[in-house]
Amino acid sequence: MNQDSNDTAAARPCDVAIVGGGTAGLSLACRLRELGIEDVVILERESQAGGVPRHCGHYPFGLREYRRLLKGPAYAERLRESARQAGVRILTGTSVTALGQNACLDTTSTAGSERWQARRLALCTGTREGTRAQRFISGQRPLGVLPTGALQSLVYLENLAPFRRPVIIGTELVSLSAIMTCRHLGMQPVAMLEESPTLRAPAVMRAYPLLKRIPLHLAVSDIRILGSQRVEAVQFRDSSGQQKTVEADGVIVSGDFRPDSALLRGSHLQMDAHAGGPLVDQHYRSSDPNCYCTGNLLRPVETSGWCWQEARQTAAIIADELQGRHHPGDSERSIRLIPDTSWLKLVMPQRLSPEQNANAMQHLQLRLHRPVRGHLVFRSEGHTLHRQRLHGRPEQRILAPLKPLMDHVRNSESDSPIHISVELSVA
Amino acid sequence: MSKDIRQPLESGIIDVVIIGAGVVGCAMARRMTLDGARVVVLEKALDVLDGASKANSAILHTGFDAPPGSLEQRCIADGYRQYLEEHRALGLPLLESGAMVLAWTDEQQQALSGLQAKALQNGVDNIQPLEAPDIARAEPALASHVKGGFRIPGEFLIDPWSSAHSYLMQAMANGATLHRGTELVDGHFDGQSWQLQTSRGMLVANQVISAAGLYGDVVDQRLHAGSRFRILPRKGQFVVFEKAASRLLDHIILPVPSSSTKGIVICRTIFGNLLVGPTAEEQQSRDNASTDRQTLQALQDKGIELIPALAQCEVTATYAGLRPATEHADYQIHHDVERHYTSIGGIRSTGLSAALGIATHVAGLLQQHHGMTRQALPEPRIPDVDRLSSYHPRDWQSAGHQGIVCHCELVTRREIQAVLDGVMPPATLQGLKRRTRVCMGQCQGFHCSAELAAMTAGRLEIPMTLDERS
Repeated sequence: MNQDSNDTAAARPCDVAIVGGGTAGLSLACRLRELGIEDVVILERESQAGGVPRHCGHYPFGLREYRRLLKGPAYAERLRESARQAGVRILTGTSVTALGQNACLDTTSTAGSERWQARRLALCTGTREGTRAQRFISGQRPLGVLPTGALQSLVYLENLAPFRRPVIIGTELVSLSAIMTCRHLGMQPVAMLEESPTLRAPAVMRAYPLLKRIPLHLAVSDIRILGSQRVEAVQFRDSSGQQKTVEADGVIVSGDFRPDSALLRGSHLQMDAHAGGPLVDQHYRSSDPNCYCTGNLLRPVETSGWCWQEARQTAAIIADELQGRHHPGDSERSIRLIPDTSWLKLVMPQRLSPEQNANAMQHLQLRLHRPVRGHLVFRSEGHTLHRQRLHGRPEQRILAPLKPLMDHVRNSESDSPIHISVELSVA
Repeated sequence: MSKDIRQPLESGIIDVVIIGAGVVGCAMARRMTLDGARVVVLEKALDVLDGASKANSAILHTGFDAPPGSLEQRCIADGYRQYLEEHRALGLPLLESGAMVLAWTDEQQQALSGLQAKALQNGVDNIQPLEAPDIARAEPALASHVKGGFRIPGEFLIDPWSSAHSYLMQAMANGATLHRGTELVDGHFDGQSWQLQTSRGMLVANQVISAAGLYGDVVDQRLHAGSRFRILPRKGQFVVFEKAASRLLDHIILPVPSSSTKGIVICRTIFGNLLVGPTAEEQQSRDNASTDRQTLQALQDKGIELIPALAQCEVTATYAGLRPATEHADYQIHHDVERHYTSIGGIRSTGLSAALGIATHVAGLLQQHHGMTRQALPEPRIPDVDRLSSYHPRDWQSAGHQGIVCHCELVTRREIQAVLDGVMPPATLQGLKRRTRVCMGQCQGFHCSAELAAMTAGRLEIPMTLDERS
């Protein structure tokens, strides 16, 4: 963080500065106002708050929050309207350029560069898809290789089609959303490619590509993008090892979500190197006690409804703390949760603190790298604290109750970490 | 829109036609223009820097390891000196990182003394031998199995695209003309001047300079009925790590070259990332700079082997470049006095460092053989150049920037608009990326593609979307 800007201009004060005005940020802000926090500011870098739902022009959104079945843009509008009515200040076109300690941050906008001094920060920067580069997808670099998010914003915000006959790489829920997005402007996906042996979308959705007559190839390898100016074809080996070439004029690189944590990675906050998000405790508190994190920044990736609910709980904890009902206590003591297995992609929260707020997380959230059938086991210093059946696959929400772990944390003098392992069932 | 792609070609006799707008062609155009010649640059691609100059490791080399006495060594040394002299006036960034040549095996360690002797021979006399503890102190993130090495304080990092753009734009600001999307097809020398047939009509020129990079031998064939070299494209793949990774390293980490390869470099980029590469892969194609998953994985592994903390860093980008190597070790610069033809070939990976030196060398040949000492421009104009270094002030830090479009690289609406309205507007998204850094960051276009498509509608030769709205 640039210390010079500190001296030149007085910092703008507020109670809670929220970075990111998507579902989590808007929900958090609303709830903070409802709980009596005065000056709540959302710093949103886009020209409009609403986040990813703004460009998800399809159902289902809003069931949990508004008891209505809404499309993404209508849902985003409801979130914005709720925040406005609650008296949240939303500053759009405002990019946060650095996070500082003691709840301050730097922004830049058309108004120029500014520093904010809040009582607490809340980071709600959400998630984005893994890029072609991050997945090391082979081939040339023609125009027309896009993540689903970029496709959605082109189609739903600008009404523009980048191609006619794309290949979709990935079969997560968002990959099916890519199909819907394509059809909105008459684009017809010509193939769907998945490196895993099974479709990654939830079971109820698995027939969708076939219904839409999109050839689905599972267990493919050696995906290669061809084309000098624009995409011309996509090459791959099918499950039998045979090389295939599909003519296409675009590629949608979908899914493989990861926390959008670029701002945090340049800051003083401790990160979960494995999962890519911030290291938090069960109160959504980062390694800096003045800085909270919530929503999909915590983990790739949950539904909007989940993030909305999570953010409300975060808001309650922040309000309790600001209004003196809850004290973070001695943050010196915290117990790390350490996955001892390469099966686990995510364990969140990554640490537990002994104090417990009524709105703290009740569950540990886990994600898998590969499909697993077996048991999850939690141990500390050789003692088994908890054991539960595990039957899951990647992208699936997996929860484990925090209570047995918290009982241990409160009753034990030891600060030794809790180790999490997976015991596979014998076939 | 890029007007030069549709404008009719010049009539009358052009002093110098330069074929190819890579970094060498751009530097050549600048040199000849500043020396008072009327210059036309032809580029067959839709945008400049679309061939070998598209992708490299963006290091300003001293030439310490070039073959002593070679033309390459002389051009690098002179190009290096000129860049240091001119960069401030041109508004070009310089990151004075220094480099370390490091040995990781006994065999490599034995080769260190020979390399240091070579550096001395090449006039690089400020190198400092390093013991393993010195290295660990200076670069604590490096793996501990380093054996020794030496430091070359003068190896620096630069912006490979803005530098070439600025050379060409300075030529244009002082009278040179650029024609993109214009391929040289054939030519005839009548003893006085060249009649050049291009894909967009005829040009008459007094001198022709080919700086055609990966097509150097092809252009020689077309104009000269033969070439003294054969281009053997050599591909180099790179992995670029996120900005947080750049804090792991100060120096450029150079390998000890073996007989088979120059080896893998790890260094920061002037844009604030960390880069690992290149590979060296011989291939037939002059255009196909594909990346391969296995190779990229090997590069990532190599990076982690040398800097273990890279295991926790995200990848930002991957790319590949093609170097126009030949069957010869040295640069192939040949001037045919009779036929008013100069061929600049075999400018491999060192072209970025050597470009200004090559231009001076060729200008010297023309002066020597044709008395082309024209009136140097008394007060050449200096164009505005894109300021993209993350180690220097960026547009977003100054008032009135009209908001951020690309959040990862903090590219402002004002700087994108200025580039689109500028003297050399991009013809492709690739060109816009090189001029502004949009889509070059962590999200690779997830967030800004839609706004960019709207901003560039009707402005690019290859539009970002199919149905352009007006």
